[in-house]
Amino acid sequence: MDFTIMATSLPKLLSATVITLKLLSLSLFFGIFIGLLFAILRLNKNPFLSKFAYGYSYVFRGTPLLVQIFIIYFGLGQIEYFRTTFLWVIFKEPYWCAIIAFALNTGAYTSEILRSAFETIKPGIIEAGKSLGISNKIIFYKIQIPVAIRQSLPAYGNEIILMMKGTSLASTVTLMDITGVAKYIISTTFKPIEVFIVAGGIYLFMTFIIHNFIKYLEKRFSF
Amino acid sequence: MEEIMNIFKKTILTVLASLFIIGNVYASDKIRIGTEGAYPPWNSKDASGKLIGFEVELAYSLCRYIGRQCDIVEQDWDGMIPALQMRKFDAIMAGMSITDERKKVITFSQGYADEVASLAVMKGSSLEGMDTPAGIGLSSPNSDAKKALKTITGALAGKTVCTQTGTIHQNFLESGDVGKVNVRTYKTQDEVNLDLASGRCDVALAAAVAFTDYAEKSGKSVVLVGPTFSGGAFGNGVGVGLRQASQLGGTLGARDAELLKAFNKAIDQARKDGVISKLAIKHFGFDASM
Repeated sequence: MDFTIMATSLPKLLSATVITLKLLSLSLFFGIFIGLLFAILRLNKNPFLSKFAYGYSYVFRGTPLLVQIFIIYFGLGQIEYFRTTFLWVIFKEPYWCAIIAFALNTGAYTSEILRSAFETIKPGIIEAGKSLGISNKIIFYKIQIPVAIRQSLPAYGNEIILMMKGTSLASTVTLMDITGVAKYIISTTFKPIEVFIVAGGIYLFMTFIIHNFIKYLEKRFSF
Repeated sequence: MEEIMNIFKKTILTVLASLFIIGNVYASDKIRIGTEGAYPPWNSKDASGKLIGFEVELAYSLCRYIGRQCDIVEQDWDGMIPALQMRKFDAIMAGMSITDERKKVITFSQGYADEVASLAVMKGSSLEGMDTPAGIGLSSPNSDAKKALKTITGALAGKTVCTQTGTIHQNFLESGDVGKVNVRTYKTQDEVNLDLASGRCDVALAAAVAFTDYAEKSGKSVVLVGPTFSGGAFGNGVGVGLRQASQLGGTLGARDAELLKAFNKAIDQARKDGVISKLAIKHFGFDASM
């Protein structure tokens, strides 16, 4: 164990958490909208829309995140026609490729979490709203969505933690997140164990924070 | 409860014991040689996944000179030196240049081959036609070399320069010799080539042969620009990477020291017999032996 390397790599790794947190927050932000959209489509009576939403979540939950990033980053970059479109401005940047892959992936999981939350809402709650003369739209926005979000908090907390760990794959497309910087330090010090232990510790600490934040929210919004 | 604790203790002891045993296995008398298998023409893989290339053939012939059998082990570039130190294999032959930085952690045999590094761009890039000498040495740069470095510094400003992680090429780009460069690093040279072709990289730096090999095989119009580089951050040729005997005394340390002697002797003989030259011409198209 080389403790000097652990000590000198800590500040470098800590400054890399900024990129990790940016990747995480932006993917979760876009992912929540994607998830909500696809959860609603999934519950739609139109079989085409619900099958489409099912297919989306099936594909993105059924393939490894690493493969998804590689297809979006290296795969799309190989198509000559694609490089002439305006989309290339976004897909040229590894940063946005990573966020798109993460958002699409977490969106698929979020849609499943929200769908099951919608399905577990007791019909009595909706009927109570109806008998008070509240319109369907207001019931959806003011009753169904808040109840579904509260129901899905524990599962969504897990998803945030999974996604936080998933951001480490950004290093495979040249981004200098915590894992990327760890690999960089290893390439000059040749001490993988020490550096990865420090990097792992930082991830663990972030999990600790997220876990407790979700626990707090669960308590705060319990009923 | 006590019973459970006992099982728990036994399990932990067994795991520790097996780790200890695994960590100390020294495979019979075969020499295990680590290579990347992703840096043609130095070392690569054919369509069936078999390791091929200059160093793979050279490794087998060096082993014949040493008089021991060889196993060639594949290892990702970024874990090459740690894997050697953890005794996953006994020697590195992976186009690894002999540099002072690496000598701090491992030792090298004498060099067996050397070739130059170069910048590359896609045809039509603004960097084409850079006015520099054909090649510059960086060990003790003369005025021409210094002028060339200045020209390159200007040309690279604001450009994304791509290279493989943990290579002499990355060291050079970060050395300050060509100013502050926007470097992007990749796990393998294949990925550097892909992003150079897609336009994500404005320019890339690697062994000149890595680009010519890629251009030839992919049919992409990759062109070399600027001077070829050697010396300085680019090291003193490519040698066999070995563990430092001093890191571990006793029998294992003595075996590592023996291996260094054996490789040096085998390289001498292979050079004398013209084996290295022959293999170099076969794979590089020119005599890269040293």
